[in-house]
Amino acid sequence: MKGFGILKGLGVTLKHLVDTYVEDIKAGRDRYYTEDGVRQRMTSDTKGIFTINYPEERLPLAEAFRYVPFLVYDEGEDGERSIRCTACGICSKVCPSQCIWIERAEDPETSKPLKTPAEFAIDIDLCMNCGFCAEYCPFDAIKMDHDFELAVYDRIDVNIHRKERLLKPASYYASIRPESYALEQKAKAEVAARKAARRGNR
Amino acid sequence: MNDQTTVMNKNYQKILERFPHDVQVDEREGYSGLLIEANQLLSIMETLRDEYEYDFLTSVTGVDYLPDEKMEVVYHLFKSTGGSILEVKVQVPRSNPVVPSLVGLYPGASFQEREAWDLLGIRFEGHPNLTRILMWEGFAGHPLRKDWIETFFEGDVKPYEDRWPEGKVSKVETTNPYGKNITYPDGFNPETWIPDSEDLLFQGSTVVKVEQEETGIETEQLVVNLGPQHPSTHGVFRMVATLEGETVLDLEPVMGYLHRNHEKIGERNTFSMNMPYTDRLDYFCSMSNNFGYALTVEKLLGEKYQPPERAQYIRVIMAELTRILNHFMAIGFFLNDLGAYFTPALYAIKERELILDIFEAVAGSRMMCNYYRFGGVVRDLPGGIEEQIRKLVYDRLPRQTDEMDRYLVENEIVIGRSQDVGILTPEQAIAFSAVGPVLRASGVPYDIRRADPYSIYDRFDFDVAVRYHGDVYDRFLIRFDEIRQSIRILQQAIDDLPEGEILANKPAYKFRIPKGESYGRVEGPKGELGYYVVSDGTDNPWRYHVRAPSFINLTGLREMCLGEKVADLVAILGSIDIVLGEVDR
Ligand code: SF4
Ligand code: SF4
Repeated sequence: MKGFGILKGLGVTLKHLVDTYVEDIKAGRDRYYTEDGVRQRMTSDTKGIFTINYPEERLPLAEAFRYVPFLVYDEGEDGERSIRCTACGICSKVCPSQCIWIERAEDPETSKPLKTPAEFAIDIDLCMNCGFCAEYCPFDAIKMDHDFELAVYDRIDVNIHRKERLLKPASYYASIRPESYALEQKAKAEVAARKAARRGNR
Repeated sequence: MNDQTTVMNKNYQKILERFPHDVQVDEREGYSGLLIEANQLLSIMETLRDEYEYDFLTSVTGVDYLPDEKMEVVYHLFKSTGGSILEVKVQVPRSNPVVPSLVGLYPGASFQEREAWDLLGIRFEGHPNLTRILMWEGFAGHPLRKDWIETFFEGDVKPYEDRWPEGKVSKVETTNPYGKNITYPDGFNPETWIPDSEDLLFQGSTVVKVEQEETGIETEQLVVNLGPQHPSTHGVFRMVATLEGETVLDLEPVMGYLHRNHEKIGERNTFSMNMPYTDRLDYFCSMSNNFGYALTVEKLLGEKYQPPERAQYIRVIMAELTRILNHFMAIGFFLNDLGAYFTPALYAIKERELILDIFEAVAGSRMMCNYYRFGGVVRDLPGGIEEQIRKLVYDRLPRQTDEMDRYLVENEIVIGRSQDVGILTPEQAIAFSAVGPVLRASGVPYDIRRADPYSIYDRFDFDVAVRYHGDVYDRFLIRFDEIRQSIRILQQAIDDLPEGEILANKPAYKFRIPKGESYGRVEGPKGELGYYVVSDGTDNPWRYHVRAPSFINLTGLREMCLGEKVADLVAILGSIDIVLGEVDR
């Protein structure tokens, strides 16, 4: 029969429409603007309205999610910062878009190079969010941020992130990437224990 | 590996005996294939095609060997019945690079030869329309030549010296302001320039009066530009159609608006830096793009870099998920092109989003995945993801595919608009080097996963989807078939997924890539995605070429459109499923 195919198709859209209301009634108020409601819309048996009302609702970000990089510093007991970066330059070498500029610090008296950056800049207009810098940094000093709301009015100045803007505490890192952080801490503890053991043997 | 080499050598042997004076085996270190004298190219290629069944010329590209003062054209030949590669090369002096055009024998070479002319300045004698295809006429020189220096960039190879240890940040555009970084060809003025060959096209719709020979009646032909700014062209892409009434008399695809010279960038990068750049080719399918590039470079790196089992499975899972999401999108947006405004597309996007959730958790990004590494993948699947994939491939995706099927396949309007429209016969499909769903919908069951298996595809049980009418409707249906086959592969892969390592080597960013060349290809969602890489032993590839399926599938577009109605053009284009990021590179 001509037209049957169209009707069958319309049946599908009708079902979607009905589902929308049925789901809303079933879930009641909890469906929208709650974390559970958002999560439910990400599962494989989601039905009904699928969209997320950003910015009131937000998709939870996966731990691996990467946006632009930031530098990690450890906080000492009395609040002083110790920057993890040793200015080794690896990240600036692996960076595919070559958007990392590092100025290694020098000892003012002997002008010998120091293991810390005097300046560190990333042009996030160029950054392609690939994550290579974080992946290959041997000191876990640079990591990929979750903050993606970086729209600005004037990109020329604002979008070059310099050292002060890049630096974030290790606790922040631990909060956005708890699993990676725990693994790294464990690995570090093991290395430290092995070193201590070797020293003890001698 | 060895078996293959002996079969290969036998083949070579026969050809060498046949043409003792004009064919040599390429014996450069790390190279393979046959070197042919340019003046014998046509007759030898004809013999290869007609007597040795190498009827499928998938890739044509040029290489500039500046130190040897040579230009080389590389042809990658296959049999449309399956089997491994026959690589044929022609070398000509760099001062006068002229090679006979293969368009007469393999029409699929047409766009690729124009590309090689455009980017490398190799002239193909006998090409019916040897004009620039990606760059515009106001461009000076041939950018992929090794002695062509780009004004915009700071150095020939990355990493640049000035980033460390005394890096002083500056915006590139301030040191090299826009507008001052351009050279025009001699005597070229962009203000007054009107392209001679195209002046009709740039003046918008144009009427040409034609007197019909038989009847003496004067009719009007209309030249219409569809695009470049038009939603149905899926990006910035133009079709120049000559119409008589509503019938298409001629059609010329015009592309290059999104050209960024991916290959030049690739040759400036180190090998590993190219991985995230491949994401940006067909930006729907970054996982497949990664896959192809990783395989190609692993071929150069050798056995040591064979990915461990778990990585192999993860790679297949990601690539097949990509195929599913791409085909859902292709179906959805094809319906958009037919005029079913956005409801089907949004149903499709929903499934895609659920797959992208997985990619985000695994790779860190929804679209620019940058997930594969030489020798494996970058990180293991995070907890819970296996379960999520399992639910999708056992429950949701089969269900939703069926629903999509119920929704659209029997729809009389869809059938009326697409059946018997835009036909490509099997012979034409092969001749035009069509690949992927376009080729298979024309009745050629050629799927690289079966025809020339890579990775671990030989372990899975699946059928090669094929349809026989070669019309728009079949190209639409075949995507359903392929989704179903991908689901089958995924179910097996997720069940068999072993534990273990995910990288063959220690994570590294610097690789000692041996000298030589390598052509790797995967069956991407849009067809054969090939990479041709030449290493000269340094950190940066000497040549990096992408055989882009969307680009080459467009070669047959004119043929599909001739004689059709103007309203069908959009449907035909939609059925090929192109992505401009890959067409223009
Ligand atoms: S961020 Fe890491 S890789 Fe980059 S310079 Fe600092 S220590 Fe080296
Ligand atoms: S994310 Fe990639 S592009 Fe961005 S700074 Fe890091 S290495 Fe460079």
